[in-house]
Amino acid sequence: MLKARVIPCLDVKDGRVVKGVNFVDLRDAGDPTEQAALYDAAGADELCFLDITASHERRDIILDVVATTAEACFMPLTVGGGVRTTDDIRRLLVAGADKVSINTAAVAEPDFVRVAAEKFGTQCIVVAIDGKRVAPERFEVFTHGGRKATGLDAVAWARRMAEAGAGEILLTSMDRDGTGDGYDLALTRAVVDAVPIPVIASGGVGGLDHLVEGVREGGASAVLAASIFHYGQHSIAEAKAHMAAAGIPMRL
Amino acid sequence: MSHTVAVIDYGSGNLRSAAKALKRCADSLHLKTEVRVTAEPDAVAGADAIVLPGVGAFADCRRGLAALDGMEQALSEAVEQRGRPFLGICVGMQLMASRGHEHGLHEGLAWLDGDVVALEPSDPALKVPHMGWNDLVVTDSSHPLLEGIATGDHAYFVHSYRFAPEAADKVLAEVDYGGLIVAAVGRDNLAGTQFHPEKSQATGLRLLGNFLRWRP
Repeated sequence: MLKARVIPCLDVKDGRVVKGVNFVDLRDAGDPTEQAALYDAAGADELCFLDITASHERRDIILDVVATTAEACFMPLTVGGGVRTTDDIRRLLVAGADKVSINTAAVAEPDFVRVAAEKFGTQCIVVAIDGKRVAPERFEVFTHGGRKATGLDAVAWARRMAEAGAGEILLTSMDRDGTGDGYDLALTRAVVDAVPIPVIASGGVGGLDHLVEGVREGGASAVLAASIFHYGQHSIAEAKAHMAAAGIPMRL
Repeated sequence: MSHTVAVIDYGSGNLRSAAKALKRCADSLHLKTEVRVTAEPDAVAGADAIVLPGVGAFADCRRGLAALDGMEQALSEAVEQRGRPFLGICVGMQLMASRGHEHGLHEGLAWLDGDVVALEPSDPALKVPHMGWNDLVVTDSSHPLLEGIATGDHAYFVHSYRFAPEAADKVLAEVDYGGLIVAAVGRDNLAGTQFHPEKSQATGLRLLGNFLRWRP
């Protein structure tokens, strides 16, 4: 039986791991390759690097981080942040990423996802969607770290991206991100029910029960979290044991 | 004498992961193995073992392989005539089949009788691609490639198509995803895995180590 995945996410800026609370108040917490090796040994099911390097000149640093990480970790690695062109994708894959996540570039040029999926395969194209609740049952896609509204309905957008060839959706609730209040389960469930591809729930995890809810109520195939793992609040093993005890199939 | 493993570079995605994992296995087993990522038919013809990784669509991978002048002939001679150990990974395994049905009907290398068909899990709640960790059901525990790997061990899968063999006797391991599907196949000096051993942590490294020591 396929297992639910627990995915720690490392926000990387200028080659260093940071983690934001609502994308401000960044705190420095280490070397990404070292962190990755720790998560690998701890039994993480996948790893995710989100590159939040702002300056264009320093963007290539992430390629070195990916390359050194891929030397040491024999588990799936997704890299996102600033992926704009098929050449960006190719360089990340060659450096050792298994999947790339595309966010703003997909909104700016919806055909980009189709072209990328045809060129590199559906399996390595993750579309990241940052959704924000704009009405009780309506979620809108935002870009630029939640600052820019797009007018796109998040559920319809997810469906369109799946049709374009995305292999997976990384769905972040901008309302919940950094709050510790748990995933937006209504958003998660709406997108999961709308697309045939796996959905990774993200944004808002503050405790282990939130991971359980993301799978059980949200219907997510995988749960992503950053702070609760990164600052030692919980270990990967605790998270997986807690989910297994709640009846979710896990790789222990 | 050094043992050379050729990892065929035909423009497919994460072949460096496969090469790095093979290198790690060779080092930890203290094998004098040289892992060479190559697009040269001569390097494949002269290799002691051959790995064909693969991500993406069947037809694209088939085209990518065919685009390397002389590669398919070198591969066929090394594998079919000289009996060199061969491992196909994911689409690399699927290419061993007679035919692929992804985006039209395409001929495979025809080393294993059967078709590569769309994954249609019996449970409609199951997502496609089949993505993530799933536990293996070992059906041929005597195969050298699966030494030390048992039913219940987890491997990492990412695929939307599956190999449907004509005969079950070449199946080495299966996996349950809305019904049992092929996880590993083999005959003689040929083997293939639907999962990614290079991404399957200890279980995957074990299989790759077994492959490096395999002398069929």
